[in-house]
Parts: sequence; structure tokens; C-alpha cells
Amino acid sequence: MEIGLNHYLVLSTILFAIGLVGVMRRKNLLLLFFATEILLNAVNVAFAAISHYYGDLTGQMFAFFVIAIAASEVAVGLGLLIVWYKRNGSIDLDALTTMKG
Amino acid sequence: MFEAVAFYLFAFLTIAMFFIVVTTSQALYALTALAAGMIFISAFFFILGADFLGAVQIIVYTGAVMALYAFGMMFFDTTREVKEKQGNKYIIVGLSTLAAILVVVIFAAPMMSENIVALYPAIDGVGNTQAVGLVLFTKYLIPFELAAIMLLVAMVAGIVLAGKKMDLSITLMHEAEIEEEKNKKVLS
Amino acid sequence: MEKYLYIALFAPLVSSLFSSLFTATPKKLFTGIMASLLIFTSLVSSTILLMYILKGGEPIHVTMMTWMATGDLYIPFGFVVDQISVTMMMVVTLVSTVVHVYAIGYMDHDKGFNRFFAWLSAFVFSMMILVMSDNYAGLFIGWEGVGLCSWGLIGFWFHKESATWAANEAFIMNRIADLGMLIGLFLIYWNTGTLQYDGAFAAFHQLPTDTLTWIGVFLFIGAMGKSAQFPLHTWLADAMEGPTPVSALIHAATMVTAGVYLVIRSHELYSLIPHVGLFIASLGTFVALFAASMALVNRDMKRVIAYSTLSQLGYMFAAAGLGAYWVALFHLMAHAGFKALLFLGAGNVMHSMHDELDPFKMGGLKKVMKGTWIMMVVGSLALAGVIPFAGFFSKDTILEAAYSGNHMVIYGVLLFTAGLTAFYSFRLVALIFHGEERYKLFGIHPHEAYRFMLWAMSPLLLVAIGAGILQTPFFDMVEEALNAHEYHIAHGTALIMLVGTQMFVGLAILYAYKKYANSRVTVPDGTSKMENSFAYKLLINQYYIPYAYEEYLVKPYRELSEVFWQKVDLKIVDATVDGIAGIIYSTGEKTRVMQSGNLSTMLKWMVAGLVGLLSLAVIFGLAARYSDEILTFLSALGV
Repeated sequence: MEIGLNHYLVLSTILFAIGLVGVMRRKNLLLLFFATEILLNAVNVAFAAISHYYGDLTGQMFAFFVIAIAASEVAVGLGLLIVWYKRNGSIDLDALTTMKG
Repeated sequence: MFEAVAFYLFAFLTIAMFFIVVTTSQALYALTALAAGMIFISAFFFILGADFLGAVQIIVYTGAVMALYAFGMMFFDTTREVKEKQGNKYIIVGLSTLAAILVVVIFAAPMMSENIVALYPAIDGVGNTQAVGLVLFTKYLIPFELAAIMLLVAMVAGIVLAGKKMDLSITLMHEAEIEEEKNKKVLS
Repeated sequence: MEKYLYIALFAPLVSSLFSSLFTATPKKLFTGIMASLLIFTSLVSSTILLMYILKGGEPIHVTMMTWMATGDLYIPFGFVVDQISVTMMMVVTLVSTVVHVYAIGYMDHDKGFNRFFAWLSAFVFSMMILVMSDNYAGLFIGWEGVGLCSWGLIGFWFHKESATWAANEAFIMNRIADLGMLIGLFLIYWNTGTLQYDGAFAAFHQLPTDTLTWIGVFLFIGAMGKSAQFPLHTWLADAMEGPTPVSALIHAATMVTAGVYLVIRSHELYSLIPHVGLFIASLGTFVALFAASMALVNRDMKRVIAYSTLSQLGYMFAAAGLGAYWVALFHLMAHAGFKALLFLGAGNVMHSMHDELDPFKMGGLKKVMKGTWIMMVVGSLALAGVIPFAGFFSKDTILEAAYSGNHMVIYGVLLFTAGLTAFYSFRLVALIFHGEERYKLFGIHPHEAYRFMLWAMSPLLLVAIGAGILQTPFFDMVEEALNAHEYHIAHGTALIMLVGTQMFVGLAILYAYKKYANSRVTVPDGTSKMENSFAYKLLINQYYIPYAYEEYLVKPYRELSEVFWQKVDLKIVDATVDGIAGIIYSTGEKTRVMQSGNLSTMLKWMVAGLVGLLSLAVIFGLAARYSDEILTFLSALGV
């Protein structure tokens, strides 16, 4: 059986959906970060697959930049997370309600 | 045939790993599962012929990002089970599924019409890494440099944020408290 | 010469701006002096321009700047000084200089001294724009400007209820007429594609008579409002609530003649449509008689003069309507002089009588106010048209024009009105200056006005006495511009007419003196036989026209407005607006809970939003893809 682009796209979508579940479900900020990594990776798979099946390197380029962004996001995000933890002793999302309207 | 077997195998593994990441209540399990998932993702890149991307995936994600997370987790209490108050599960699952279906529909539509033309076609006769290099340092040079600067900024930001005294907010403190902090520093 | 044009035009503006700097401060004499000097500068420039035109100079035409230029519409701020406008400029600047100087004395004790000069000079500026503009749009700006200043000056004593009411009445009446004028302007632009006088006049010759008739009628409606012609005349008498210098300048000499000026300026239009001209002449004649009849019995000094203004405006329209544009312009000029003189004299009397307006309560003032008496008598003689004063020449020429045009009804009515004019003006003079000193009953101690005020009035006195000798030079000047011609009546007939008219007028004057200058005149108390007669009641109540307007126009309109307010505004408009606000407010109240501040909830909302946007993308994508099918389906449904 031939594996086509659609297979990859469906896989990417499933991964993305898992990531969304994580984003909505997780209350622990650290684990929320994990979920965002999943989202980014899901998209990367789609990019790579499209790049492959259309013989165009642009998709790979995008995946490449996504990885770079993910890395910097982690660096800054973790820093913030540590500061927050030092100050509040908790990284639970439900405790973060200073923006209540 | 080999390709199909590999795809399904890794697809199953990735989904399983990521599923564990979003469901487990042990932060350590989640971290491990995420690292495993990242490696499995790189497998797809190799299958798709994007060797360089696969390598980068392993190095950056599994190497750097995961290491960062691991270090980060040292600051927190990770042995304890993560307790999370859960809302309505149906909403979460329903929304995710709906989003997934819609994305598939959207992606499938232009694929079916087959009207996409390659902007930067893969170059014959050269390896993937070389081809990536060619495109990256010609057409995407400026974004590439910007990404490099961004990484630098992020690194500096990470160091500064996690550094000493960042748990204090001078703007929120009174003059007296700031003085007190200064004195402490002198004493130590 | 252009320099003088700009000085004449902008000196009043500078004066107004200068005075307006001090409107909030107590009385400062120098604002009045400064304003008078600047207006005098304008007068000097106008005189220079007049000399230039009199010597046969070409009309000066300048385009200061572009006002509007869009597509085919081009309206510049252009000004023209030709024979017509220079006459008007002279009238305006002369009378306003006199009035400015006079007002320094008249407004001496008024708190709004500085404000008064700001308004008055602004009025002069607007009037100059009106008469000097070289296109209808500029004329309209001036037209509205004088309307505004008139509003501000009638309601100058705004703490008086009646003054504000009169100001609003004048303003609203003028707006009604201005609508007609605007329609006229639109028609001109629509049919000729330009609002410039030269361009429009040239294009009028190619237009069908129907169109020209409409243009003429609508422009005349505008003129009717400004010149207070029937049926829009009620505001002029009420406008006497304003300070007397204002009445002299605006409501006698200049602004109310703007309507006449408009007709004269558009003479190329009106000479193409003589039937409209005849209507104008008939209306003018009617107003002349109608207003004069109301002046016969009125017991308010200023109102009597106001009615006589109305009556004289009727004369001007009669002349203009009959095609005797130069006569109308000449009468306008002469009338401006002697009517302003009369008003300023009345102002002196009013001042000395402590704002008493009823001439029956005066009498015998001749002894105290010799100067004013002479001025008023000369003014009245000029108004009555006694030879050789100014009014004789102008009014007699109007009568000649009517006679030689074979309009015997108009001639007869105007002649009769001339008698009425003589009667009521000398009734006023007799009641104020002759007879018993009735004011003593009311404990008033009259005094003569300041000497400089009398001196200020003297130029007008000269105009009232000697304007007649200007007739021939004036005729020579405007002959070409207004297509004027002399009226030739057989010598014998002319002599009979002259003597007859003079005798008629003389008799009317004598009768007035006989009736009102004796010692038997008392303050009417509503019991005498005459006061209870029907005719008297009709006239003193101004033919019940203000009453009818109040009863049949204002009240139904008020009731209609009430209904609309209650039913439409409150129940539909307000309810809709409130409903929209309510919906937005309640939406905000309801969605407020979304802002729980909890990041997790926000993320959920974000995903929900993502799903929503994706659904939209899918729906539109499908719709775009299957648009043909959807259209066929919809057309099958009959949409």
C-alpha cells in the first residue's frame, strides 16, 4: 500500500488534535509547554510531508524555522516559569487569575 | 511496503507517546514520553527524505529543548503527582476533534485540485543537506539571520530571567525594601 | 485699484476681529473708535473705487483664490467692482461709517459695547462680500453672513425674551426664503454649469423660458425673505427689538435691500422673463400700500419707520419688476440715506425719552431737541418725496416708469401710497416734536443727544437733501451696465403729474399736522371712536397676519411636532437607539464571565475561536467551489 500525502496530513492532524487536548486540559504550566511542543511538531510533520510530495524545499525551510522558534520559546518560557515559581511557589494555571475582568 | 510499515509503526508510536504526554499525571513520565515522541517524529522526516531536518529535530528538540526542560524541572517539585482540576472533558475532546476534521478538510481541498507548483524545487543530483543549505543561504538568508538573532535574544533572556534576584520586582517594592535588599547583598 | 478693493473688503473684517478680542471685557472706548476708523478706511477705498468707475474705468474683476474645484464645478472667491456693486459699496460703507460713529454715543452705557462693534463690523464685512462677489455662491455666503449678523444684532439684548424671539423669527423666516434661493442657485448651476455672473448670464439666453421662469421665481423667493416682502414680512417689524443703530444699518439701509440688489444684479435674467418681472412689480406695489397702511396707525415709533422701510422696498421692487433697474438702485441709494437718518433720529428721541417708543407719549420735543428735529423733518420730507429732497427724484422716477410702461394700476396705487407715506411720516414728526409736551405726564426729562452723534448723522442729512442732483451722473454711470433708459413723458403731462403729486403729498402733510400737531392730542386709551373702528383694529393688528401665522402655522406645527416627538421619536427612534445600546450592554454583561482571568479557560475559548474560523473557512471554501450549483439551486427556489 502506497503512503500518500494524505496519510501524513491525517497523522499531523491527529497529533495536532492531541496537542489541542493537552493545551485545553493541562493546568500545570510546564505540562502546558509540552502540549505546545506537540502542536509545533504536528505542524512540522505536515510541512515536511508537503515539501516531500511537491518536491519543494519551502516546507522544510518552514519546519526549520519552526524548530528555531520552538527553541527560543522554551528558553524564554522556562525562564519566566522559574521566575514565576520563585515568586508564587506554584505553576498552576488556576492560580493565575490576575487578569479577571 | 517498507515505507508503509515504517509509517504506521511510527505513527502509532508517536500518537501513543504524545497521548501519554497530555494524559499522564506524572511530570517525569510526560517529559520522557515527549522526548520519545520527538525522536519518533524525526523518523518521519527521514522517511520523507528530509535528512537534515530529521537531524536537526533530534539535535534541537531531543537534545537541547528536552535538556532545557529537564533542567527546568529540577526547580520544581516533579516527584509529586500533578493534580489538575478538570473541566468538561467533552468540550475538550469535541473541540479538538472538530478542529482536526476541519483542518483535514481544508488541507484536502487544494490537494485534490492539484494546482500547487513548486517554488523552489528540490535540486536533483545533490543531497538533501546540500539542497537545504542552498535554499537556506540564498532565498532565506535574511530570515535565517533573524532567527539566529532571535535565538541569541532568547538565550540572553533565559539567562537573565532565571538569574539571581529575578523573583523580586523593584518596581513593586518600596524604597525601604529596596534598601534592605541592597544591605543583604552587602552582608552576604 | 485691486489694492483698494481688498482694503474696502477686508477692513471691516479686521475691525470685527479686533473688536471681538474684547467682547468679554468691559466697555473700551477705543474698540468703537478703532472700528469706526477701519470702516471709514473702507469708505475711503470705496470712494476711490467709485471715482475710478465714474471716470469710465473698466470694472475691476479679481479672483482672490479658488474656493471649490471639483469636476466641472469651479467656484472661486472672486470679487467684482462694477457700476452696480460700487454703488452698493458706497451705500453700505457710508451708512455703516455713520452708524459706527453714532453707535459710540448710542451704546455709551451698554455692557456689550465691544461685542456690539464686533457684530456690527462683521455685518459690514458680510454685506461687502454679498455685494462684491462675482458669483452667486459668494453672494450666498454674504447673504447667510448678513442673516447671521442680523440674528446676533436683533437679539443683541439677549436677556430680553422678546429680543431673542424676534431674532429667531427673523432668522427662521430668512431660512425659509433661503431654501428658495438655494433651489434657484441649484437650478442655475444645473442648467448653465456655472455660478459666475458672466457665465450664467451668457448661458441664460439659450435656456427655455420655463426654466428661466423657475430660476427667476426661486431667486425672488430668496429676495422676498431678505427684503421682507409679503408674506414673509412679519420679521422686519419685530426686528426693531434690536438696538436702533442696527435698525438703521441693517433693517433700513443695507441688508433688507439685498433682495433688491439680487434682482438688480440678475437683471439680465429678469429682463428675459418680463412676466415674472410684472409679478414682482405687482407684489412690490401691493407691499408698498399694505405696509404703508399699517404704518398709518401704529403706535411704536420704530415700527412705523420699519413699515415705511417695507413700503419703500415695495417701491424698489415695483421699479425693478418693471425693468427700471437703475431707478430701483437709485431709490435704494437715496432711501438708505434718508431712512438711516430717520432711524438714527428716532434713536436720539428714544434715548432722550428713556426707551419710550410711543409717540403719543412725547410731543413738543422740538424745543429740547432742535438738531434731531431738523434731521427728522428733512428725513421725513425726503421720504415723503417733497421736491427737492432725495426721495422726490427717486420716487418720482418710479412713478414715471410705471406711467410710461402703461401700468396704470401700479401707478395709481404707488401714487396713493406716496400720499400715505407723507401722512404717516409727518404724523410721527408732529406727534414727537409738536403739540403739547405730553411727556411731562410721565415724568421724563428729555435731553439732546451727544453733539458728535448729530455730526455723525450729517452726511446722511446731506444725502437726504442733495441726492437728487446725483441722478444724472448716476444714470450716466449705470446706463450701460443696467441697460437703462430715461422715461420720456410728454412735457405737459409730466408737469401735471409733478404738480399733482406734490400737491397730494403736501395736502397729506398738512392733514397730518392738522390732526396731530394740536393740543387736543392725548394718549389713546382705547375708548375713542376711531380706535374701536374695524379698519383701525385691522391695521393696528397688522391685518391679523402674525396672529394667523401663530394660529394656523405655528400651533399646528407645534402639535404635529408633539405627536412626532411622542410617537416617532420616543417610541421608534429612541427605542431603537436604546435597544441597540441595551443589546450591546447585555452582551457585555453576559460575556463578562468569559474574562475569568483563568488562562486555561482562555485557551479553551481560543480553541473554540479557532474552530469557528476554520468552519467559516470551510463554509466559504465550499460555497466558492459549488457556487454554480448553489446559484442554480437558489434560482430553482425562485430567489
